Amino acid sequence: MRSLLGKQPVGTAFVVPYVVFLAAVFAYPLGFAVYMSFHDYFFAAPGAIVERPFVGFDKYAAVLSDPAVRRSFGNVGIFLLINVPLTVVLSLLLATALNTAIRWRTFFRVSYYVPYVTASVAVVGVWLFLFNSNGLVNSVLGPLAPDPSWLVNSKLAMPTVALFVTWKQLGFFILLYLAALQNVSKDLYEAASMDGASRVKSFWNVTVPGVRPATTLVVLLATVTGANLFTEPYLLTGGGGPDGASASPVLIMYQRGIEQGNPDVGSAIGVLLVVAVLLLALLQRRLLERES
Amino acid sequence: MSRVVRFVLLLLGAFVFLFPFYYMLIGSLQTEPDSSVTGAFPSPGNLTGHNYVEINTAINLGRSLLNSGIFTGGVILCTMVFGVLAGYALARLQFRGRGAVFSLMLLVQVIPFQLLTIPLYVLIVRGYGLADSYPGMILPFAINSTAVFVFRQYFLQLPQELFDAARIDGAGELNTLLRVAVPLVKPALLTGVLLTFIGPWNEFLWPFLITKQQDLQPLAVSLSNYLTTVSARAANPFGAVLAGACVLAAPAVTLFLIFQRRFISSSLESGVKG
Repeated sequence: MRSLLGKQPVGTAFVVPYVVFLAAVFAYPLGFAVYMSFHDYFFAAPGAIVERPFVGFDKYAAVLSDPAVRRSFGNVGIFLLINVPLTVVLSLLLATALNTAIRWRTFFRVSYYVPYVTASVAVVGVWLFLFNSNGLVNSVLGPLAPDPSWLVNSKLAMPTVALFVTWKQLGFFILLYLAALQNVSKDLYEAASMDGASRVKSFWNVTVPGVRPATTLVVLLATVTGANLFTEPYLLTGGGGPDGASASPVLIMYQRGIEQGNPDVGSAIGVLLVVAVLLLALLQRRLLERES
Repeated sequence: MSRVVRFVLLLLGAFVFLFPFYYMLIGSLQTEPDSSVTGAFPSPGNLTGHNYVEINTAINLGRSLLNSGIFTGGVILCTMVFGVLAGYALARLQFRGRGAVFSLMLLVQVIPFQLLTIPLYVLIVRGYGLADSYPGMILPFAINSTAVFVFRQYFLQLPQELFDAARIDGAGELNTLLRVAVPLVKPALLTGVLLTFIGPWNEFLWPFLITKQQDLQPLAVSLSNYLTTVSARAANPFGAVLAGACVLAAPAVTLFLIFQRRFISSSLESGVKG
């Protein structure tokens, strides 16, 4: 009995609430989403017994031929192409600069992290004020200001959203790189400088390979954040505007699944998005590992 | 990079990160929105507290703050009770399935939560009838897995002799946890509260989906509803929105500034694990 349940079987009782929580909030909904996406699932009055026939891949076919869905996946592609490289480069650069004896270190660390702990809804308010047609950004740019303005310009709306998210999340990624930099051996830098390598060279040959595992993590987390995008297009560009140019898959999922009452279609979008993220994560891993 | 270049780079970064917060405060105090360059500097003639009154009459700040507080407090309470239990068991107790629970905890952190919103909405709103209720709001966030991870790390660092001694004295595991282990990991508990706080306080999509009644909406939701619908009718919409934004941002930013060392070290730790 002892060996079957382990030395302290009471441990099982301690983790039961947590395991039940994970099952109820993650595992079961995940399975339920897959189930709905293969059935004709609709909202019915509570208690009513309704048929929800199995429809195979019908919902997926409907989703894949929906231009709004396709556009939203393309939009997230644009988002990731801007957000991920920008996040990696800026956070590594700022973390490297911070990782030295420099004045005001704490002040810098704190200021980079503040946007990360603040609610999106709050900072979206300021960005709207800054980037609107008569906003401060345009008055500084003067004649260089884009027309139509940032958030109502179909070419610039998604890049502006990507810029916003990069700005908001960067502090977290800087800290991640700061942690990784602690593990890069000082001897390697010394060896590099003995060989007469310049600062730039030792950054490329020591720092960049030294933090590669962190880069893999940063790329993965930034991709997951991008796939989760909802609040920013909903509020910043007034529901994915102009004309769907900044709509994200989660936004379309919300519109189809809840606003229009088709949870089966919404679930199919969700499942496709998970599959896309997994494929992308595998691909990124391959690429990053091949480089090393 | 030379020292000066580095410093200038960092300074430029700090400006980009902090300026919007400064501008939020200035904008919330302006009588007339002034988006010219000089508007970024406060001019005494254009300052007012009226925007705060305006947003308060539009969305009832007190009630919204109370809702945010109950939502966040409920999540913190559940995390502190059930999360500490789980973290302790994962660190110090040997039982069947421990490895599986641990892997599950790590796996959960990479699942994009938004993708579960449709099934969760169907289950919680349609299935359990928990729309427009605090339990419905709290349920999906009830136990913060990052906090469980942090608790486990801290419990792991305690010396084994402590637990052996307690067991020899015949103390039960729950007693050992409450009398011996918890008092020794107080910093971890504070870290757990802090990192659990920012999740529900800042959360938008979930409470937005399940609260249709205005008097149950947390501030993030009522403010965004004001932003998308009502603000067009206000005399100085940006002023009122920014005033609401300041109220929403203030608790999280204040806590962060007071406890920044804890916030930053916990992020460093959860970064190292990956």
